[in-house]
Amino acid sequence: MAPAEEPRGDELEQKERELALLKQRMALLEQEVADARRRQQHAAASTTAQDGPPPPRSFACSHSLSKEHVQRYSRHLLLPSFGLSAQERLCQGSVLIVGCGGLGSPAALYLAASGVGTLGLVDHDVVDLSNLHRQIIHTEARVGVHKATSAAQACAALNSLVKVNTHMDGFNPANALEIVRGYDVVLDATDNPTTRYLINDACVVLGKPLVSAAAVGTDGQLTVYNYGEDAPCYRCLFPESPAPENCSRCADAGVLGPVPGAMGVLQAVEVVKLLGGVGDVLAKKLLIFDALAGRFTTVRLRGKRTECVACGLCPSITRENLAAYDYVAFTGQAPTDAAPSLSVLPPSLRVTPQQLQGVMSSAAVSGRAPPAVLDVRPANQFSLMHLPNATHIPFEQLDAKVEEVKDLIRGSKCVECSGGGSAEIGEQRPEAGLYVMCRRGNNSQLAVARLRELGVLNAVDVVGGMENWAKSLDPSMPVI
Amino acid sequence: MPDIKVLFFAKAREVAGLSEEAVHLQEDAAHTEALVALLVQRFPSLSSVLQTCVLAVNQEYVQLKDKVPLKQGDEVAIIPPLSGG
Repeated sequence: MAPAEEPRGDELEQKERELALLKQRMALLEQEVADARRRQQHAAASTTAQDGPPPPRSFACSHSLSKEHVQRYSRHLLLPSFGLSAQERLCQGSVLIVGCGGLGSPAALYLAASGVGTLGLVDHDVVDLSNLHRQIIHTEARVGVHKATSAAQACAALNSLVKVNTHMDGFNPANALEIVRGYDVVLDATDNPTTRYLINDACVVLGKPLVSAAAVGTDGQLTVYNYGEDAPCYRCLFPESPAPENCSRCADAGVLGPVPGAMGVLQAVEVVKLLGGVGDVLAKKLLIFDALAGRFTTVRLRGKRTECVACGLCPSITRENLAAYDYVAFTGQAPTDAAPSLSVLPPSLRVTPQQLQGVMSSAAVSGRAPPAVLDVRPANQFSLMHLPNATHIPFEQLDAKVEEVKDLIRGSKCVECSGGGSAEIGEQRPEAGLYVMCRRGNNSQLAVARLRELGVLNAVDVVGGMENWAKSLDPSMPVI
Repeated sequence: MPDIKVLFFAKAREVAGLSEEAVHLQEDAAHTEALVALLVQRFPSLSSVLQTCVLAVNQEYVQLKDKVPLKQGDEVAIIPPLSGG
């Protein structure tokens, strides 16, 4: 029996898109059905209650909480340091969470559970399998669903008393003020400096407190900006954006799942305090969490910077011109945590995974030595999987190990010479002397460029790296 | 010669390759400016990280451009901003 024909790459992508849309539609339908069912139950309950005249009220109270509120938030109401009036303020408050990821997941769940009046959820992305180790508001069934929709479903399932708004187009200079205007407090739960500066500026011009947290690797940070008379804003502390190479991304550097979880929960704590009007809000202080050391440190921060372009004495960023501010130019980074796609080599120094596979196959068929493949990924990625016969030298060690690289090329050529082929690279055989592979095709280009500076001229890079190899040749490959 | 304890956080820890380090300063150069110069000399790639970070002496923010006096046992933290989540 002939095997079923495999769909082509673009067909597969089309099917994947269709699947994601269907999943999203299904999730929405499920939500609608659940909502309708809940409304029916409520209606049935109130009809039963209305049978006969209501019994006379035998108690006195002068607050806005219903019996359901009182039962649900009883443990808050029992708490001497929180209590009834703080819960009432919380129930009337509104919070905007920008980013439904590692920080936003626990923050949204705890704020919904705690009884915030209105919760706004912003995102632009869909749930991916690699999100689920830390973005615990989402589920396997909602992979492919818009994150704001998925998070809203979880919050609604947890507490139907909370009004949940979804903002599906992400957060950008054009919609920032319009979105922020409708809320009392803003949570920065994003994953990139470009959006962080924008959220900061929107909060400053509209006078909203900003509960900001961040987490990468095993480190977390938390502070409340723009709260109280003298508290600094993000720009007061970091007037210049860090260089892109100094901004570790979770997508590259990794992140220990519970670390953003801890920081997101602490953001919820700050919001509950801030809206409830209890305790000392973490303004003018930076809380630092070092998960590996198991240590929290609090650093006292400076006050406002008088020359700050956002909150200083003569701000240049205003309500009127914020929408036109070029945040991408300011930070030099796109407003996502995805790695930028580099293009530094000419096409003549680049091969596709298919071309490299062709060279490998023809070497195997003719009994020649396999082509020399250099893998420049970090050791932890190499040990997950690599091409057979690949030699591993991490990118950072190229300079120190350039002689090893030259030996590798010589070794591969000599074997071929003994097999009767020509030693002249690029004439007798179309392939290069060395194929450089990395995770996504960025470092492989930088490696080839560096090797050329070090005198190795016959290296090429494999376009798109292991990610592209997996996508176009072997979907079973466990790429990360 | 005051001994200063330097704590490296996040990216600073990554480029320095350690989370803390004891540094001896000369009596006549016992201030943050000298400490930063010494650290950059020891860890050249720390230079660009230091351009945008919070510097704290005994858990208190100080400006990088200031020359804050340091004494025996002081703790200096280098805290680059995190942006992930």
